[in-house]
Amino acid sequence: MKDADPPLYDTDVPAGELAGRLSAAWSDSPGFRGWLSSVDHKSIARRYLITASVFLLLGGILSLMIRVQLSAPNRRWLSPDAYNQIFTMHGTTMMFLFAVPVMEAVAVFIVPLMVGSRIIAFPRLNAFSYWVYLFGGIMVWVAFFLNIGPDAGWFSYPPLAGPEYGAGKRSDFWAQLITFTEISALAVSVEIIVTVFKFRAPGMSLQRIPIFVWAMLVTSFCIIFAMPSIVVCSSMLIADRLVGTHFFNPAEGGDALLWQHLFWFFGHPEVYIIFLPAVGMASTIIETGARRGIVGYPLAVISIVSIGFLSFGLWVHHMFATGLPRVGNSLFTASSMAIAIPTGAQLFCWIATCWGRRVRLTTPVLFVAAFFLTFLSGGLTGVMLASVPFDQQATDSYFIVGHIHYVLLGGAVAPLLGAFYYWFPKFSGRHLSEYWGRWHVVLYVIGVNLAFAPMLALGVRGMTRRIYTYPDHAGWGALNFAATLGAGIIAMSFLVFTVNILRSLRQPRNAGDNPWDAGTLEWASSSPPPVYNFAYIPVIISRTPLWDGADAIGQVTGLQVQRKEVIVTRGLDAVPDLRDPVPTPTLWPFVAALATTAMLIGSIFKPSALVWGSIPVAVGMIGWLYPRRGKNT
Amino acid sequence: MDVRHLPEFAFEHRMPIWWGTVFFMVIEGSAFLMTFTAYAYLASQNPDWPLSRVLPNPWIGSVLLAWLLISEVPNMWVKRRIKRCELNPTRIGMAVMSLVGLIAVGLRFFEFRYINVRWDSNAFGSMIWALIFLHTTHILVDVAETLVMTAMSFLSPLTGRRYVDLSENAEYWDFVVLTWVPVYLAIYWIPRWMAQ
Repeated sequence: MKDADPPLYDTDVPAGELAGRLSAAWSDSPGFRGWLSSVDHKSIARRYLITASVFLLLGGILSLMIRVQLSAPNRRWLSPDAYNQIFTMHGTTMMFLFAVPVMEAVAVFIVPLMVGSRIIAFPRLNAFSYWVYLFGGIMVWVAFFLNIGPDAGWFSYPPLAGPEYGAGKRSDFWAQLITFTEISALAVSVEIIVTVFKFRAPGMSLQRIPIFVWAMLVTSFCIIFAMPSIVVCSSMLIADRLVGTHFFNPAEGGDALLWQHLFWFFGHPEVYIIFLPAVGMASTIIETGARRGIVGYPLAVISIVSIGFLSFGLWVHHMFATGLPRVGNSLFTASSMAIAIPTGAQLFCWIATCWGRRVRLTTPVLFVAAFFLTFLSGGLTGVMLASVPFDQQATDSYFIVGHIHYVLLGGAVAPLLGAFYYWFPKFSGRHLSEYWGRWHVVLYVIGVNLAFAPMLALGVRGMTRRIYTYPDHAGWGALNFAATLGAGIIAMSFLVFTVNILRSLRQPRNAGDNPWDAGTLEWASSSPPPVYNFAYIPVIISRTPLWDGADAIGQVTGLQVQRKEVIVTRGLDAVPDLRDPVPTPTLWPFVAALATTAMLIGSIFKPSALVWGSIPVAVGMIGWLYPRRGKNT
Repeated sequence: MDVRHLPEFAFEHRMPIWWGTVFFMVIEGSAFLMTFTAYAYLASQNPDWPLSRVLPNPWIGSVLLAWLLISEVPNMWVKRRIKRCELNPTRIGMAVMSLVGLIAVGLRFFEFRYINVRWDSNAFGSMIWALIFLHTTHILVDVAETLVMTAMSFLSPLTGRRYVDLSENAEYWDFVVLTWVPVYLAIYWIPRWMAQ
């Protein structure tokens, strides 16, 4: 468009032409270059989801290798060195390349739709964050295939990961992967917070924000306050390794425990960064399943916010065995147990929501039931570990491995899978089969319990974590075999899931706009949504606008149709405040991400790459942000 | 609900970009805070902190502190002009702030010579260099941004939304100035007080 063109508003065009005109203004350019340049939050989210699924598959294959190795005593299939790299890559991939990104991927797709916006805030930053995540993941996996994969565990403690014991480049790749994933996660958090603050549909005041959006808002704040801690410590680690600093070297005044404090100050909130989105997903599924807005909405929101706050006061419970002062340990025991209170409150809200309703037992609801079942056992092992005397016994045993997997697969992955079934019609326009979905749930629940309950028992029987094999007389063979069987069943459940997705993708797009008869705004758009999300931005008067009747949703008019435009609303009451031109698609975020990748990988081999490598990064950023006539940044 | 009468831009909290800048400052502020925490932790673990006998010489750092504090006068001035969308004063102010920034960068590189302890000597040196490195990246980023935006303000017509970008840039300079105060104290004075 030229600047001189007079503005053309949505009210100026016939209703039949509106969709075509909006598509013309909002669509990406065709071809590969157009694909690389896309800044549409739905395209980026789909890429995030697919990439995270590939990392889940890779991390899953590693877990099966670990389980095969441990399935019987004295197995020598994997060498100790290969085993170290494999369990480190498994943990690192699952935590940094799957769990956090996949939650953000769902949010990047759903949050803008749920708040009734046409965009995510800072769409170009969103594209940049995806590319950085992708390149970081590729980097560490290429390193792994070249036998320089990290091998000091997913929390990479010095001195094992430091310059003295961690020779070669392995831990450098780990530390730099953290930089990639942090840049990506922090950027997405800012996008989500600003989307929630400034792009909510008119009428969506604070008390009408859907629970999933609250959960993602609190999660994003947790990321913003927790991740700088790991940015700082992973930078210190790589500096110790590459330029000879002494942050973690006790011989020169450093302290290895400093790493643990900084890492767990991030690492514990990290668990909630994964768990809180899952809470939001479960709430959404329960609301729709029971066809009732969540009972005790203020309590549910307050409990999510308090879980977010409390998650920052727990980190020392990962360090009970390091000889810290007793008073400190007691304090952290208390706070670790205290977090069960808001979690319990949340559970009661869910029970009350279902109370007296005929809940439809769809696959998403069944996954939430699976979440209750497994997370309860997983969560209870956490209450056990919060007690110092028990923790002293269980530290570094398989009890911990069982606990973390119960919590993550039960508390985060189960609701995530439910959410995937729930929102799949919105992602793709198609339903997943309920029949195969039920098989997926059943196999998943059996697999998780069979894989991880034996690990709890193995921990109590003295099996330590991170051993590549064990002698026959230890008596751990049968339980390990059961755990391996369980891992195989989980893998089968994912095979069923994959078949279900592939079958569905061959079907026509006939899911309909609102197949679950849900109440939130993402279902007001078509499935999948058009590139502009809503032909008219909705105006709402309740928290579940789609249950208010067809006339209850109003329309925003007066936006231009020949360019991308949205409205910015006020933070508290969501009253329209500004009309906001939207950034056009561009290749620059991709270029900037490539330059950032070159700089970060270069610095592993030559620290001075941070200096010369910053020049192309700056060029990329300038190209990205420099205003062009007739275009919007 | 018709919105065609709404403006296309405003300043500060009404704009998404303002919130974006604020949250990036929160992130970077948290990184500073965690570095200070690490500094305090290591200082508490070492009875003989600072571990070096020769401490960083504060004179250039003090000159830089004074320079940064004085730079707030033109920065405040240009911020007001930007918010009134006054073209020529904005251009002049941006040029002045570019010069101010370049001199600050010059002082910073001069300052490196007076740190007197290497990053690989001991944990104290590592901490000092971590702090100064963190702050230097902030100065460099903001000065580079100021230079580009100054060029932009001369080369392309300044529409309303460009003024918003310039105002965010000026606010980021406040952050660079503010963060130098605790970093300056941690590098030059806290070690002296602890050594006594």
